[in-house]
Amino acid sequence: MEKIFAHPEALYDVSTHYCPGCGHGIAHRLVAEVVDELGIREKTIGIAPVGCAVVAYDYWKFDCSEAAHGRALAVATAIKRVRPQNIVFTYQGDGDLAAIGTNETIHAANRGENLTVVFINNAVYGMTGGQMAPTTLLGQKTSTTVNGREKEKHGYPLKISEMLALLPGVCYVERVSLHNPQGVFKAKQAIKQAFKNQMDNSGFSLVEVLSPCPTYWGLSPKESLDWIRDVMQKEFPLGRIK
Amino acid sequence: MLKKRILISGNEAIAEGALRAGCNFYAGYPITPQNELIAYMAKYMPASGGVFIQAESELAAINMVYGASAAGARAMTSSSSPGVSLKQEGISYISGSRLPAVIVNIMRGGPGLGNIAPAQSDYFQATRGGGHGDYRLIVLAPAGVQEAYDLTQTGFYLADKYRIAVMILGDGILGQMMEPVKLSTKKITASPLRPWALTGCKDREPNIVKSFFLREGDLEKFNLKLQKNYEVIRKKETRYEGLLLNDAKVILVAYGTMARITKSAVSQLRLAGKKVGLIRPISLWPFPEKAFQLRNKKVKYLVVEMSYGQMVEDVRLAVNGSAQVDFLGRSGGGIPSEEEIINRVNKLI
Repeated sequence: MEKIFAHPEALYDVSTHYCPGCGHGIAHRLVAEVVDELGIREKTIGIAPVGCAVVAYDYWKFDCSEAAHGRALAVATAIKRVRPQNIVFTYQGDGDLAAIGTNETIHAANRGENLTVVFINNAVYGMTGGQMAPTTLLGQKTSTTVNGREKEKHGYPLKISEMLALLPGVCYVERVSLHNPQGVFKAKQAIKQAFKNQMDNSGFSLVEVLSPCPTYWGLSPKESLDWIRDVMQKEFPLGRIK
Repeated sequence: MLKKRILISGNEAIAEGALRAGCNFYAGYPITPQNELIAYMAKYMPASGGVFIQAESELAAINMVYGASAAGARAMTSSSSPGVSLKQEGISYISGSRLPAVIVNIMRGGPGLGNIAPAQSDYFQATRGGGHGDYRLIVLAPAGVQEAYDLTQTGFYLADKYRIAVMILGDGILGQMMEPVKLSTKKITASPLRPWALTGCKDREPNIVKSFFLREGDLEKFNLKLQKNYEVIRKKETRYEGLLLNDAKVILVAYGTMARITKSAVSQLRLAGKKVGLIRPISLWPFPEKAFQLRNKKVKYLVVEMSYGQMVEDVRLAVNGSAQVDFLGRSGGGIPSEEEIINRVNKLI
């Protein structure tokens, strides 16, 4: 009988530390499946972020580096330049990529570094207890926007993917979502494309993944998925941006 | 490589020394007075087969060094005081991840933006860790262009030997002045054995480069390992130059450029029949404490710095109350002159 579904080799067979309903577990698995399908596990180097996914290297079975908060793309730039034969990607949250690391993000993209970025947007800081992220929606309550994000005080949700798409060094930007099985499937295709681009030396690729955080959204796992579909996607529309 | 002498600035000598020590990755951000170094790397690194990146900030530069070292490269960055302050985050992570790296600080006046005059006001930052956490850097302080070249090579050697970050601590005078340098005859090209480096996990278990130890007890265990490494370095890697110490009644203590001026003062004082000597620490961490021990208790020390008193604290710790330790220092553009040093010594004798 043909085996059509198995545990990815690039993913250790362990339980994750993530909260019930969190999207990180799914996103980790998608990366692992893509790495396996492209046959690149033995030459992949991942950069784990600071944030909830800080110990992603406990789950991925390939070489990984930590990076200081926001500096993943500086670390990745150097690794890829030193070892162009390897496949290097960063996995970063919204605070990491679009707040503290904005400078590193924009300049790595603008240099057209041949890298793959998996950008997890859950509109909140999870690891530190649910503070406002650069991508927090207007009106969204967090521990630092107790009455909801107000544009007058906190500015607007930052659409970093659209900003990066303007840069000539960037070859591919797509926004996907983990709110339903079709969305997960599309997310995997996009992540695969972003890795393929690097294998083809095409330049900087980024996939923004809208991902649920039930714990700090104050919603059930099911409600969180609906919130992505009904609310978050209005601010962050899905699809190919570049 | 030809055995030859070339006229070169301190900044260029550090860059050339690095290239000949097998440095194959450099990332930096412009700042005065170390710009000749980044320019030299931009010009010569690609030809030697390495990677040069002008980073978007000092933060990015030091984190690029982190990545390059993690990937197995001999990596270096350079800057000057305000830029080195920015690098402290990365230096702490490099230390926590036990990555070899060489960091150059060509010091200028501070605090804040300060000025671009030479200074030695970053001694505390360099020798006390600078960033967060219990870590140390090996800090080497050249006093001339030849020594800048030599110690940079030593720095790469020590960085690999101990899996530690090494700082070359100079000042604006050292960086800018030109002196003849005898180039080393051999070029180190072989990349060091780094079984922990990120190269892809073909035929082995995955490697992880990290400084994060969340589980109870793990960080303490790791920190004890670091401390053990530092203890070995303390025992084996102190360096200093002693001059005319045997009959000295006053021992001057200075490092780097300040030691050159102090040495001139020592010559003048000896010509006048004054019994003075000089201790010039070359490794600032580990500090050469032994140079200060087992001496006649009547010896007086005079520490001379281009700061308002930083290394003097290490001298006081080394002497541990057994002798008088005086201090002469200026910073922010002023440099203690030969005359000032001689006048002060004459008051002590």
